[in-house]
Amino acid sequence: MTGVAEDTGYAVRMRGVHKAFNGVPVLHGVDFELRRGEVHALLGENGAGKSTLMKILQGVYSLDSGEIVVDGQAVRLTSTHDARAAGIGMVFQEFSLVPTLSVAKNIFLGREPRHRGGLLDDGESVRRARQLFAHMGAELDPRAAVGSLSTAYWQLTEIAKALAQDARVLIMDEPTASLAKHEVEALFALVGRLKAAGISIIYISHRMEEVYRVADRVTVLRDGRRVIAAPLSEVSPAQLIEHIIGRQMEHALVWHERAVDRSGTPILELRHVSAGPRVRDVSLTVHRGEILGLAGLMGSGRTELARCLFGIDRVRSGQVLVNGRQVQLTSPRAAIAAGLALIPEDRRAQGLVLDHSVRDNLLLPLLPGLRRGPLLDDRRGGRTARSLIEQLRIRVANPSRPVRLLSGGNQQKVVIAKWLATDPTVLVMDEPTVGVDVGTKSEIVSTIRELADQGRAIIVISSELPELLAVSDRIVVLRAGAVDRELDRRDIPDEEHLQMAIQGV
Amino acid sequence: MTAPTASPPTPSEPPAAASPSRRPPLVDLVRRSDWRAYVIYIAFVLVFLFFSVLLHGSGFLSGNNLLNIFRQTATISVMAVAMTFVIAAAEIDLSVGAVAGLASVVTAMSIKDSGPVAGVLAGLALGLAVGVLNGGLVTLLGIPSFLVTLGMLGIASGVAMWITSSAPQPILNDAFNNIFGSGTVAGLPVLLVWTVVFVAVGAVVLTKTGFGRRVLATGGNRVAAEFTGINTRRVKFTVLVVSSVVASVAGMLYAGRLQSGRFQWGAGDELSVIAAVILGGTSLFGGSGAVIGSLFGSLLMGLINNGLILAGLDVSQQQVVRGVIIILAVAVARRR
Ligand SMILES: Nc1ncnc2c1ncn2[C@@H]1O[C@H](COP(=O)(O)OP(=O)(O)OP(=O)(O)O)[C@@H](O)[C@H]1O
Ligand SMILES: [Mg+2]
Repeated sequence: MTGVAEDTGYAVRMRGVHKAFNGVPVLHGVDFELRRGEVHALLGENGAGKSTLMKILQGVYSLDSGEIVVDGQAVRLTSTHDARAAGIGMVFQEFSLVPTLSVAKNIFLGREPRHRGGLLDDGESVRRARQLFAHMGAELDPRAAVGSLSTAYWQLTEIAKALAQDARVLIMDEPTASLAKHEVEALFALVGRLKAAGISIIYISHRMEEVYRVADRVTVLRDGRRVIAAPLSEVSPAQLIEHIIGRQMEHALVWHERAVDRSGTPILELRHVSAGPRVRDVSLTVHRGEILGLAGLMGSGRTELARCLFGIDRVRSGQVLVNGRQVQLTSPRAAIAAGLALIPEDRRAQGLVLDHSVRDNLLLPLLPGLRRGPLLDDRRGGRTARSLIEQLRIRVANPSRPVRLLSGGNQQKVVIAKWLATDPTVLVMDEPTVGVDVGTKSEIVSTIRELADQGRAIIVISSELPELLAVSDRIVVLRAGAVDRELDRRDIPDEEHLQMAIQGV
Repeated sequence: MTAPTASPPTPSEPPAAASPSRRPPLVDLVRRSDWRAYVIYIAFVLVFLFFSVLLHGSGFLSGNNLLNIFRQTATISVMAVAMTFVIAAAEIDLSVGAVAGLASVVTAMSIKDSGPVAGVLAGLALGLAVGVLNGGLVTLLGIPSFLVTLGMLGIASGVAMWITSSAPQPILNDAFNNIFGSGTVAGLPVLLVWTVVFVAVGAVVLTKTGFGRRVLATGGNRVAAEFTGINTRRVKFTVLVVSSVVASVAGMLYAGRLQSGRFQWGAGDELSVIAAVILGGTSLFGGSGAVIGSLFGSLLMGLINNGLILAGLDVSQQQVVRGVIIILAVAVARRR
């Protein structure tokens, strides 16, 4: 079982990998071994260096020192081209598709099927893409422009693209971060099939239960060092979490019953609201201090509902009332003025100015309040930013570094911190913990509770049911843009139950 | 094309985003067809009908007048084909008009010294040289194409004035003037033939070849294109070179039509060319492109010029009307 130390048993071996960005070391001599035909989980906190290590393997970054052996051959990976030639494919954490091209064109970009005369055969691309999606158990029109699809479908396209490349090593960086339950199941089935076909998979995730379901072995990074590499059967979840965060977990994701007074005027009330392309006749209320969970399948209209509450999609009919008074949500500015704030689903596109500093991003919604005379009060701004960074434990050496350089999970924390700072009456969070590590996830859950305790109304959209169950007082299940049912948290015995409600059985 | 619809065994859920909805098929078709992509054709037809009614007595609809529109727009159309690639790759080339002028002058002077073949070769070589310079500065030094080609605009028109002392360079070679200007092929003006050839080649290359796809990917998301193994620098270099070479051909078309080389030929054309491309539905931000749309953008502007002249408007009024129509068309295409 425990492999012989001969190179041929390994699909990939990395040894003593060092990497620094502008003199700041990120990886300190990391070793990593991927055996042939295994699914290997790569875990660690936000900013631990997982993506960086994988980008080195993908030829995106070059290593400062160390060596890489692929299939027994020492390789130098100086470009993504080298990596692909070595048989390494990647599903990027930051999506790497061309939004203006169709799904099929993206999948076969650079390797398009051709007619005999050498011209591109797009009909064939579409056919092959259909086959790929059929294998994946996903429904997606290969002719749709990628830019018109939601993030979940981008991810499916990315996976299909990597599969179409016949890679022997597949790197999946948080592949399930934005997939719905049944899509995740389809992905796991697919991972199993790939494994059986002898493909080795590196699987990065922050979701423990997934890791135990799909992976054979695990490597944990902490602060750019490997802290453990072992078969998963030999490590318990609690041990694993301890390795990841370097201490014992204080508060797990458990539900606390909270006292919510539902007698007064609700803070937010929707009456028969129809909006955008999907939301149909939604009525719901959220009271002071209450956390409302929104559950539903991908495409059930959860994000669209959030968009309409933030004035992005127009309300076509029905009324929105805040504190009993009707409001017109015609623009995000109007929504902010009415006391609503949205933490959007797609942080890179909607939540952050990537090239601006962490500090500037944090302070963006606060600017009007940070003035002294006509000028901005830099000192106070700096203090506010630092306290937000501490509160959410955002890992950044210096608040004036561009957000773009933060790890994925830390970017997500910046988005959350940014809106926490505005002190909204109603806070809508769309997938607030996507890509956030286990330690921080439970911190975010307690932050949400604190915010509600302060008298705010909170709506949480999440595809991660344990998290939704831990945080919600009530859960509304959406289906095809309409309210399917409304459940008191006390009436939901377990995750299975909620899953059934979402599936509509 | 009716590929068999894959029916994946999804356990539970009805299709979500991007799969056909339950609306009536016609509504669905209109929604999916994205009529805004066809604004240019709608505008073209509307303007054409408008002038046909307004100017029915002034010979607007005569075959000769319509062919004239093709003749006058040939240079813009040809440059617009290449500019479609440049803009689709998220770059810009402001030097095309000046390069056309310089090429007309260089070609005319070389024809006088060494004959038509040498003239054409000299013109093409000039386009190639300018293109390599533009492309090299943009891709190797990382200077934005806007600045590089703005500088090149000045250099090219300056050189054209300088080497001719601002004097026109007549071309007396009939073969050249026929092939690049006044000749006909099977009864059709040769300028129309040139336009059709460039548009056809451009349309096929953009939609049906690997190069076209790489151009769109580079303009749509450069990082993604790089990660896919596309050499985006080479793509940008190539589109800029092609743009200059095509501009030099346009310069020869000017020279052939007007039987002379002159530094003014093409002056200011860059704006008409860019307007034609954007009107045609190519995104100014890169990532999408429509060569045939660009042709119609160019024809639309030619149509407007022609109609307004026949209607008796003077140059200043023409410019105002043309500006309004361009803004309107783009505004309608953009509204969301
Ligand atoms: N291009 C870059 N320039 C400078 N610093 C960078 C760059 N890329 C990553 N970093 C830094 O390297 C560290 C590791 O980042 P990395 O993206 O590898 O983390 P990660 O383990 O993938 O985290 P997450 O789980 O949040 O995705 C972070 O502190 C990040 O800020
Ligand atoms: Mg990462």
